[in-house]
Amino acid sequence: MTYASGAEAPFELVQLLTPEGERVEHPAYDIDLTAEEVRALYRDLVLVRRVDMEAVALQRQGELGIWASLLGQEAAQIGSGRALTDADMAFPTYREHGVAWCRGVDPVNLLGLFRGVNHGGWDPAEHNFHLYTIVIGSQTLHAVGYAMGIQRDGAEAASIVYFGDGATSQGDVNESFIWASVFNAPVVFFCQNNQWAISEPLEKQSRIPLYRRASGFGFPGVRVDGNDVFACLAVTRQALKNAREGQGPTLIEAFTYRMGAHTTSDDPTRYRVAGELEAWKLKDPIERVKAYLFKNQLADQEFFEKVDAEAADLGRDVRKRCLEMPDPHPLEIFDHVYAEPHTLLKEEREQYAAYLSTFEGGGK
Amino acid sequence: MTTLALAKAINEGLRTAMEDDPKVLIMGEDVGKLGGVFRVTDGLQKDFGEDRVIDTPLAESGIIGTAIGLALRGYRPVCEIQFDGFVFPAADQIITQLAKMPLRSLGKIKLPIVVRIPFGGGIGAVEHHSESPEAYFTHTSGLRVAVCSNPSDGYHMIRQAIRSDDPVIFFEPKRRYWDKAEVDRNVTPLPFDRGQVVRPGTDVTVLAYGPMVKTCLEAATAAAEEGRSLEVVDLRSLSPLDTDLIFESVRRTGRCVVAHEAPVYSGLGAEIAARVTEACFYNLEAPVLRVGGFSTPYPPSRLEDHYLPDLDRVLDAVDRTFTF
Repeated sequence: MTYASGAEAPFELVQLLTPEGERVEHPAYDIDLTAEEVRALYRDLVLVRRVDMEAVALQRQGELGIWASLLGQEAAQIGSGRALTDADMAFPTYREHGVAWCRGVDPVNLLGLFRGVNHGGWDPAEHNFHLYTIVIGSQTLHAVGYAMGIQRDGAEAASIVYFGDGATSQGDVNESFIWASVFNAPVVFFCQNNQWAISEPLEKQSRIPLYRRASGFGFPGVRVDGNDVFACLAVTRQALKNAREGQGPTLIEAFTYRMGAHTTSDDPTRYRVAGELEAWKLKDPIERVKAYLFKNQLADQEFFEKVDAEAADLGRDVRKRCLEMPDPHPLEIFDHVYAEPHTLLKEEREQYAAYLSTFEGGGK
Repeated sequence: MTTLALAKAINEGLRTAMEDDPKVLIMGEDVGKLGGVFRVTDGLQKDFGEDRVIDTPLAESGIIGTAIGLALRGYRPVCEIQFDGFVFPAADQIITQLAKMPLRSLGKIKLPIVVRIPFGGGIGAVEHHSESPEAYFTHTSGLRVAVCSNPSDGYHMIRQAIRSDDPVIFFEPKRRYWDKAEVDRNVTPLPFDRGQVVRPGTDVTVLAYGPMVKTCLEAATAAAEEGRSLEVVDLRSLSPLDTDLIFESVRRTGRCVVAHEAPVYSGLGAEIAARVTEACFYNLEAPVLRVGGFSTPYPPSRLEDHYLPDLDRVLDAVDRTFTF
């Protein structure tokens, strides 16, 4: 790839669809989508926003302990998520509900973690979507190690790892850049720069644009409009292709904005001005696709109504199944800690079972 | 039967494991051409190639983090942390990821990763090269913690650690690396989570692991000359502990001393003393006594002979169990 070495880039931000819904050309990246494909992307964007909205509501009603909203980052996640092949492996943070959607993970599984019935629990191998990682940046090393495994298997696949702007300060993320670089690992680093690490703006993490970090590690970095689903799809598709073809890693900085709070426990009015949010609302990732579909007569009113109805059904279904999720049995606390029998856990389990049995109803 | 030094015995164990299973990888700093600073991986890169014996960048968190990724892809990495005091940059990956990811997946993920750590003092080294960090890891659920003390266990236990589907922190007593003993490759080894009575006795149970096993055996020989019979137990597995073996021995002898190089305060000895007291209260003739390092950082090497429990300090504790 000639383009994407950062400072020499002819256009700093890769954009293929303007906030007004105009298709624009980019010299290095192009995408050819059928009307059906664009409609499918629009549907994805709307549905994951709906799941996210329902989850925020569930948290507000006390049904989830906490929720990390993806509001505003739908295009970055759907665009990159739809660039993956089945053989590719994705490593998320705890906010990649949109990527999880693309990988076929039931949204209710995501809610289980935030409700506190488990710490994850979907099968990463079934979906090629790893568990959520809460420690900031840890998963970048896992993705690189996985990519080293792909290399050793001689497989045609790549891994992609998601992280935020704050994570770029972590040692693990920097180590993962080094590892990926020296082993030429088939991995794509997908950084969603949503401008805020809880309350800390990007200036607290970096003096240079994040994508330019890549050049110091010896691989290409590219900044993409993170609210442009076309551009995110095109750039990620290219980076994954390069990785699969043995050209090594790419850092993608998806320039986006966290429209909501860091999590439902956060209050962004304490640290950012309202005007900033208003400015970003004009760059909404869903509105521009809708405008594009309208302008080009690729979808009619009936289509939009159908998607809205489907979103409403999905929201209702997710809510219903979330509320139906049973609490685990107390003795499940001892399950799955070890793969093989463990004498200490067996003993503690037996003791606690005996203790519980002294209560009416077995302590449940 | 062959006579092997401990370092060579572990090397042979690694070689056998790599021959048995093509998914077994070695990762670490200087493990390739150099064969590791203690030569434990000597010759393996030459025979198995750079894809299976990986000289890594110099970053411990990276070693464990990428090993986890390789394990997720079906590999069985054996990571070398060059020295005990350098494991801490990897502590985050070990504690927050390696130990917890299988549970996080409700058992769908297995992480058969071995983290080899040469540990302990007695080699005249500079700071950070003589520590005994085992209690940090026994305090972390999800890990198995094992320690070999002799060449035979070095050969067999490293193979068992690699075969385990659980993550294993595998401590190797660096000052015993050059000690030689017979290794029978064909013997059926003890189960991985079992301790072993290495010298039977009747008066006092002395519990030890790693480098202190030899010290305690020497103490038992000296005590025997004074007519006192010490039973020395090599714990081998620190998590889980073979409490059945420990309790059986203490119930017979009525006295118990635990010895380790790590600081006594919040060390393994504290856990063992509490458990022995709970389980063997009516058999005890004296409180369980602990011998170990002081509550200080590991001292400069000119002072390490004072810090490390030696034969006399073990015998002093044994004597004190007879004063109650």
